[in-house]
Amino acid sequence: MAIIEIEQLTKQFDRLVAVDRLSLEVQPGEFFGLLGPNGAGKTTTLLMLTTLLKPTSGTARVNGFDVVREADAVRRSIGIVFQDPSSDDTLTGYENLKLHGMLYGVPAVLRERRIREVLELVDLAGRKDDIVKKYSGGMRRRLELARGLLHHPKVLFLDEPTLGLDPQSREHIWRYIEGLSREEGISLVITTHYMEEVDRLCDRLAIMDAGQIVALDSPASLKRTLGGDVVILKVGEPRLQALESLPFVRKAEQRNGLLYLTVTEASQHLPRILEVVGSVETVEVRPATLNDVFLHYTGREIREGSPEGGWAERSMHYRSATR
Amino acid sequence: MGRTINALQIRNEVNGILAIWYREWKVFLREKSRIVASVVNPILWLLVFGGGLGSNVSIPGVEYQAFIYPGILAQAVLFTSIFFGVYIVWDRKIDFLKEVLVAPISRTAIFIGKVVGGATDGIIQALILLLLGAILGAAGAIPGLHLTPASMVTALLILVLTTAALVSVGLIIGSRMESPEGFQLVSSFLLFPTFFLSGALFPLDRLPPWLVPLVFVDPLTYSVDALRRSILGTSHFSLAFDLSIITVWTAVIFVVGTWAFARMKV
Repeated sequence: MAIIEIEQLTKQFDRLVAVDRLSLEVQPGEFFGLLGPNGAGKTTTLLMLTTLLKPTSGTARVNGFDVVREADAVRRSIGIVFQDPSSDDTLTGYENLKLHGMLYGVPAVLRERRIREVLELVDLAGRKDDIVKKYSGGMRRRLELARGLLHHPKVLFLDEPTLGLDPQSREHIWRYIEGLSREEGISLVITTHYMEEVDRLCDRLAIMDAGQIVALDSPASLKRTLGGDVVILKVGEPRLQALESLPFVRKAEQRNGLLYLTVTEASQHLPRILEVVGSVETVEVRPATLNDVFLHYTGREIREGSPEGGWAERSMHYRSATR
Repeated sequence: MGRTINALQIRNEVNGILAIWYREWKVFLREKSRIVASVVNPILWLLVFGGGLGSNVSIPGVEYQAFIYPGILAQAVLFTSIFFGVYIVWDRKIDFLKEVLVAPISRTAIFIGKVVGGATDGIIQALILLLLGAILGAAGAIPGLHLTPASMVTALLILVLTTAALVSVGLIIGSRMESPEGFQLVSSFLLFPTFFLSGALFPLDRLPPWLVPLVFVDPLTYSVDALRRSILGTSHFSLAFDLSIITVWTAVIFVVGTWAFARMKV
């Protein structure tokens, strides 16, 4: 049985359809990624799955419980690490964990043991009696990760868990997440727009755009669907038509003054491509990334830190235009 | 079967209330300046305002400073309790509210936990002010104030109900506010009329007619009156009447508070 079953889930805010008839299943123990630009509906989906937001229509079940009718049972089954830190910074790390244990009804004896356990897991045992205000951003995120795991959830939701952290802390957090969750045998649902992270970590991922899933598969299969490597050229003359007629060129387009080609067996066919385009200033050949996959399905790039408003507005226009 | 589920649910709700209370208590202990400020201001009112005005006005049968002592107790609890509501605005601002709202406890439990947490602050403040009142009265610094253990217990009971109701009012405002500034604005619109109309600083016997309805609509009036009865032995209404009004409005505001929390957005 799937640990998360989503059917036709929809959330509408006034005229904006933030999540549009989403259907999806996540298996027990699976690491599942939700990828998409800001405003694609990732966080809204997460808020509905975590019972914080009521769906406009459709259903979702987590651990067999309905997110609307059995909200308490759902809440007991899940752990959450929010996008923004949500610990109380006037309390110590230990006090935050104790409070969480009390809120989730973990009996006192078990609670103390479990607090020690999760503090060890995230390497915060030595700092447990420090006020959270004195923690670094990475430490605080680790504390919230420990908190999310404290009550033995079946599913851990992570909403942009590394947003705003420096690369080193990000690396750390992912190492913890990976280690902890495999150890605890729970399912992970991660939203992020850092693609390297989901690429490495997730068993499967869904690419979301304007409230819908545009692609759903393992990262490797998704990249395979592009059918080749990416060749980026800076040329005087694009000669798009000549390039597209080559059998091994799957796709050719011009963006920002550069020529982007999707080429099967690129290293083998590069000489022929260079022949066709003539004079070339620069050449780059690289394997396809999830960004290319995203681009392929949506015609847009995911930009790290793209402005929130821009995407929301765009998806609003998009939605109202299709009505 | 149904019975066991109910027992489990009740246990969870009680755990939730205790959890919120635990947190509010820890925060209270960390912010010592709050305790100091909540005691210093009432003492200033009592000694400076009471002493200054008291040497110029007289109220039949009682020294002015002693007369306003019960009113100042009520005022101190009023300000502390209403302002407690701003913490829920902060909880939302620092996103801590999400952590509480996704926990498997009801909104009612969250509300009760918050009320108990805020009322604890108000009760501690009231205790300190009652003890100080007893000491200052015994030392003769407030002529005419003689607190007995019995009067202090009655006063404390009145203040417990009053602070619970006022904390609820603060939380209702807080549950609707996006910013601390907004809370400040709305609450001060409420605080000053409630204080001035409560009869904390004047007797209710010879009010101008236009003022009478306003004073009697103010719920704090009945707390001040009941406190005056228990501490000074003089009051406008009977203690039983005051207590019934206080109980009824505490119950009403509690229901409204539960309703407001159930509809509170993340």
